[in-house]
Amino acid sequence: MIEKFFTEAVLVGIIASGIRLATPYLYASIGETFGQRSGVLNLGVEGQMLLGAFAAFYVSLTTGNLWFGLLAAMLTGLIMGLGMAFVSINLQAVQGISGIGFYLFGLGLSDLLFQKLMGTVVTVSGFRPIYFPVLSDLPIVGQIFFNHNILVYGAYAMVFVAWFVLNKTTLGLKIKAVGESPEAADSLGVSVSKIRYLTISFGGMMSGIAGASLSIALLNVFQQNMTSGLGFIAVALVYFGGWRPIAVMGGALLFSMVNSLQLWVQVLNIPIPSDFAVMMPYVLTIIALVVTVQRVRPPSALTKPFERGH
Amino acid sequence: MEKWLRSESVSKLADALLPVFAALAALAVGALMLLVLGANPFEAFGALLDGAFGSANSLADTVVKATPLLLIGLGICISFRGNVINIGGEGQMIIGALLATALGLAFPDWPGIVMIPLAMLAGFVGGAFWGGIPGALKAYFNVNEILSTIMMNAIAVQLMNFLLSGPMIDPVQAAKASQIPQTARLSTSFDLPRLIPTRLHLGAGIAVLLAILVYILLWRTTIGYRIRAVGQNRFASRYAGIDVKRQIVLALLLSGAFAGLAGAIQVFGINHRMITDGSATGFTGNAGFNGIVAALFGQLNPIGTIPAAFFFGALLVGANKLQRVMQVPSALITTINGLVVVFVVSSEKWRKTREQKRLTDMMAEIDGDPPPNPEKAVKEVGS
Amino acid sequence: MKKIQKTLAMLLLVVLMISACGGAENEATVVEVPADIFKVAVVMPSAINDLAFSQSMYDALLAIQADTGADSFEIVYSEGMFIVDDAAAAIRDYASQGFDLVIAHGSQYGSSLQEIAPDFLETSFAWGTTVDTFGLPNIFAYEARAEEGGYVNGVMATMLSESAVIGVVGPIETGDAKLYVDGFAVGAAATDAGTEVNTNWIGSFSDVALASEAAQTHIGAGADVLTGTAQMVVGAIGAAEENGALWFGTQSSQSSLAPSIVVANQVYRWEVVLEDMIDLIHGGTYGGQSFEITLANGGLVIEFNGDYALPADVQSAADATIAGIIDGSISVFP
Repeated sequence: MIEKFFTEAVLVGIIASGIRLATPYLYASIGETFGQRSGVLNLGVEGQMLLGAFAAFYVSLTTGNLWFGLLAAMLTGLIMGLGMAFVSINLQAVQGISGIGFYLFGLGLSDLLFQKLMGTVVTVSGFRPIYFPVLSDLPIVGQIFFNHNILVYGAYAMVFVAWFVLNKTTLGLKIKAVGESPEAADSLGVSVSKIRYLTISFGGMMSGIAGASLSIALLNVFQQNMTSGLGFIAVALVYFGGWRPIAVMGGALLFSMVNSLQLWVQVLNIPIPSDFAVMMPYVLTIIALVVTVQRVRPPSALTKPFERGH
Repeated sequence: MEKWLRSESVSKLADALLPVFAALAALAVGALMLLVLGANPFEAFGALLDGAFGSANSLADTVVKATPLLLIGLGICISFRGNVINIGGEGQMIIGALLATALGLAFPDWPGIVMIPLAMLAGFVGGAFWGGIPGALKAYFNVNEILSTIMMNAIAVQLMNFLLSGPMIDPVQAAKASQIPQTARLSTSFDLPRLIPTRLHLGAGIAVLLAILVYILLWRTTIGYRIRAVGQNRFASRYAGIDVKRQIVLALLLSGAFAGLAGAIQVFGINHRMITDGSATGFTGNAGFNGIVAALFGQLNPIGTIPAAFFFGALLVGANKLQRVMQVPSALITTINGLVVVFVVSSEKWRKTREQKRLTDMMAEIDGDPPPNPEKAVKEVGS
Repeated sequence: MKKIQKTLAMLLLVVLMISACGGAENEATVVEVPADIFKVAVVMPSAINDLAFSQSMYDALLAIQADTGADSFEIVYSEGMFIVDDAAAAIRDYASQGFDLVIAHGSQYGSSLQEIAPDFLETSFAWGTTVDTFGLPNIFAYEARAEEGGYVNGVMATMLSESAVIGVVGPIETGDAKLYVDGFAVGAAATDAGTEVNTNWIGSFSDVALASEAAQTHIGAGADVLTGTAQMVVGAIGAAEENGALWFGTQSSQSSLAPSIVVANQVYRWEVVLEDMIDLIHGGTYGGQSFEITLANGGLVIEFNGDYALPADVQSAADATIAGIIDGSISVFP
C-alpha cells in the first residue's frame, strides 16, 4: 500500500501543493509573529483575512486589475489592524476577546458585503502561475518550484524579510524589546505604542494579503466564510514556530504538506476512513512539537497592555 | 470632567452602566447598518428584545443558550486564572457529549435517575480527557496550549464525524442509502427534567450551582489557591514548593471537564441524540468561543460569569429573532455581535481609570499619599 | 467583585425594561394578513445564494412565487442556520406565527422537528432531505434521488475522460452528497469498468481552499474530469478550469462559474414536490407523506451547459440513460 506514495507524480504533487497551500498561512502567520513579538495577541486574523479576501475579489472584479485588488486587500487589512491596535493599545482591551470580536465582525461584514454587492458566487481571472523560461520546464524541480503565481513567491520572500527585520535591524531589536520588557524599552526612549501600532497594522495588512492570496490567486472566487478556520491555524503556527519566522515557515509547510498528503491518501484509495485522513495534519503538527521538545518561551509581555508610569 | 460627575454615587452609577452604554453604542452602529439595508432599527431592536425576553418560550431559549456558555465560561475562569489559555472548548464539548451519548446508547434500559448523573459524569470525564491532553503536552513537552487546543478542536470534529457515520450511527440510518450521520435517539427516560412547558431544563440549574462551587474551589480551597498562584507567578510558586506542572495539567483538565459537561447537558437536555453536519458549530453553536467571551465579561469570576452568559445568550437568541422578523441577512447579526464584543471589552479601560481616580481622590482626602495600583494584579491575570 | 455583579444586575434590569416596551411595540405592529395569502417559512443551513443545497430550495420557492404572484405567496427565510439549536428556535417561532408551511431544509433538523410539530397541528412542516415523517400527520418529508443524476453524470464523465481517471470532491459522506457520489460511481462503472473513480471527502462543507487542493490532487493523479457536491466545490471548479479539466455539477447550476468546462449539472427543482404539498395543504392534508424529486417527475433535471460543445454520441448516451432511468430499465442501486 505504502509504495503507492513513492511515485514521482505523487511526491511532486505533495510537495508542490504543500508549497502552494502554505501561502495564506505564511502571510497571516508572519504578520501575527510581528504582533506577538511586540506583545500583542491578535485572534482576529480570520476576520481580517475574510475582509481582505472580499476587498481583493470585489475590486479586481470591478476594476479588472488584480493589483488594485491586492492593494484594496492591503488597505482593508491595514484598517482592521489599526482598529485592533487602537483597541489593544489605547483602550487596553483584553486581547483574547477583542480578537474574537474582530473575527466575528470580519466574518459578518465580508458576507454582508458579498451578498449586497455581488449576490452570487462568480469567478475572477486571478494571478496566473509565472512562467520562468527554462526553469519552469525542468522535470520535477520545475513543477515543484517554478510553477506558482506571484503571491506564492511573495509569501516566501516575506518570511526572509521578516527574519531579516527581526534579527538584523534596529527596528527588529525595538520590536523584541517592546515585547519582552516594555518598561525597559520605554525608559530607553522607544515608544511602545508606536512600535505596537506598527506591528499590529502590519499584521493586519499581511492578513489582508493572505485573504487576497485565496480570493484572487489560488481560488479565484469569494464565498462566505471561505477561510473556514484557516486564520486560527495561522495563529497556531506562530506558536509552532516559536515566534521565529523561519520556524513558522517550517510549521506552515509541514501542516500544508501533510494536508496534501492526506488528500493523496484518499485519492490513492488507501483504506483509511476519510475522517482520519482529514485529521492527519492536526495530529502530526502536535506530534512534531512533542518530538522536537521546544525550549522557547513566549515574549514576556505577550497580551499585557502597557501603560507608562506603572 | 463636569462637576456633577464628581459626586461619587453618580460616578459609580455611570461606571456600572458603562457596559450597557458600550453595547448600546455598538447597537447604534448596527442601527446605521440596518438603515442602509432599508430596515427600521427601532422595529429591529424591538424584535431582538422580544426574541430574547418577550415570552416564556423566548426567555427559556435565552437560558438554554446561556447554559453551555456559563459552563464553558466556568472552565475558562479556572484555566485563565491559572494563566493557561484554553481555546479548545469546542473539541472538549464534543468529546464529552460523545462519551455521555455512548453511555446512554449502551445501556438504554437503565433508570434515568441512575443514567443521568452517570452521563453527566461521562461528559465531565470526556472533556477532562480532551483538555488534559493539551495540559500534559504543555506541562511536560512545552507544547503551547493555544496551538494544541486549536488542533484538538479539529481532531475532535473528525472523530465525531467518524463515530456518528460509523460505529455510533442510528441503525435506522445505517440501513438507508443516504445515511445521515446521527445516533439513535436516547431513551426518553434519560431526558433532563424540564421546567414545563418550555425547553428550559435542569441543566441551567446545574450550571448555576456549579458556578458557586467553582467560586468556592478557586477562592476557598488549596487546589484553587495553587492554580491561582501558578497563574500569577510560575517561578515564585515553584520556590514555594508547588508542583507547577501538575497545576497546569489540572487547570486544563478541569477547564475541559466543564466544557465536556456542557456537551453532555446539550445532548441530554436539548438534542437527545448527536448529529453532525461536518462542523463543530452545528453541535456546539460556537459555545467554546462564546464561553470565553462570557467568562472575560464576567471578569473571570464564576459568579460574574452567570449574568454575563445570560446577557450573551440573550443577544444571540434575540439576534436570530431580529433576522427572522426583519428578513435581513444573518451576516448582519454576526457583524453586530462582533461590534458588541469589541465595544464592551474596550469600555473596560474607562471604568478602571475612573475607579482608580476615585480611589486616588479618596486616599488623598484621608492622608495625602497616592495609593498602590489595585488593578495591576487583575490585569496580569486577565491576559 | 461586588461592583461587577452590580453592573451586570443593572444591565439586566435595563435590558428587561426596554424589552418590556419593545415587546409591546412589536405586538402593535402586527398586521392582520388576509387569509388567501399562502405563507411559507424556510430554515436553511447555508446561504440562499450558495449555488448549492440552500439555493436550490430558495430558487424553487421563488419559482412558485413567480407563478402565483407575490400577492398570494409570501416567503420568509432564515439562512445560515447551521447551529441546530438556533434552527429549532426558528422553526418553533415560525410555527407559532401561523405560517401555512414551515420548511426545515436540512436533514440535521429532523430531531428538533419531531419535537416541535406535535405542538402545532394546524401548521404543516416539510423536512428534507429524508423519507421519514415520524408518522406525524403534519410533517411532509422530501428527498432528492441525487443518485439518478449522479448516474447520468457518471456515464457522460466516463465517456469524456481520455485518461480514464475521474475525481470526485465531496464534503462528508452523508445525505444527498453520498447518494450523488455513489450514483456517479455506479454510472461510471456501468459505462466502462476500467475507469478509475477516486473520491475525496474533505470533511467540510465550507473549506473552499481544501476543495480546490483536492481537485488539484485529482488532476495530479491523472484525472481529466471532475465532479463534486456541496457549496465548497466552487474552489474545485476553479482548479478544474485552470487545468482544463471538465466539471459536472449538482444541486444548482454551476455553469456560470466556468462556462468553458462545465459539461452538465443535475439541478434540483423542489417546486415539483412543493406544489404537490401546497395542493394537499389546501385540501386539508398537512403531512404524513413523503416525496422525492426524480428525473421521472421532473424534480431532477440534467441541465446541459450550452457553452460547452458536447459530442453527439455523449449527448445521445446521456439522453438514453435519462430515458432508461425514467422508464425503469436502468436501476441505479439495484
